[in-house]
Amino acid sequence: MKFAIALFSAAHAPSSRRALLFAKAALAGGHEIVRLFFYQDGVYSASNAIVTPQDEQDIARQWRELVSAHQLDGVVCIAAALRRGVLNHEEATRYQRSAVNLEAPWALSGLGQLHDAAQAADRLICFGGP
Amino acid sequence: MAKSLLVISRQAPWSGPSAREALDIVLAGGAFDLPIGLLLLDDGVFQLAPHQDAKAVQQKDLSANLQALGLFGIDDVFACSHSLAARGLVHSTLAQPLDSAAITQLIDRYDQVITL
Repeated sequence: MKFAIALFSAAHAPSSRRALLFAKAALAGGHEIVRLFFYQDGVYSASNAIVTPQDEQDIARQWRELVSAHQLDGVVCIAAALRRGVLNHEEATRYQRSAVNLEAPWALSGLGQLHDAAQAADRLICFGGP
Repeated sequence: MAKSLLVISRQAPWSGPSAREALDIVLAGGAFDLPIGLLLLDDGVFQLAPHQDAKAVQQKDLSANLQALGLFGIDDVFACSHSLAARGLVHSTLAQPLDSAAITQLIDRYDQVITL
């Protein structure tokens, strides 16, 4: 089955971890993930500036590793990301900000990518709230 | 045929960017001519409150965006009648009120649902 996964929660929220486990289980079960789309506070789950204590799960890093290992299409909503200070090099330069906290494998793009993924997938699975 | 999407917006317009971001999904879908609907539920019905003074809370007015949905070809805008009544709001011309049974049928009718 083809899944599109939308995440609306930050990396420290249990729903981000649930989404990660779902994505891993889907891939392990031989399913396809057509796209990950991070929206609202979900953009924080793609930030590379998160530092977790050594005895805690680093969910943002695990997301990054999953996307890289499986060459997934990981898209972060650009409007939601700019509003929350999650910037790649291009946007940091454009808006003259000193911090860059988003990099490959993540791409910034618009909401059209969410609709496109939802149309291409058999199922759109959303993770939000606590 | 394009899959239909129902966006359920459950946040008040002044409780952070959630209401605006839910509306942005709807507007983006409308721009792509996708079959898309919006259901205002729980505190989301506050988006229909009349005489909102956005400037008083140093915010941008969201109600104009809601009124613009028709221009984007989005006519399927609904509000939970129970949520409206619980918050002392009267029915708005912007959204068709639905009771719980009708909301169940509405959700069944759409291929996909996003709740924010």
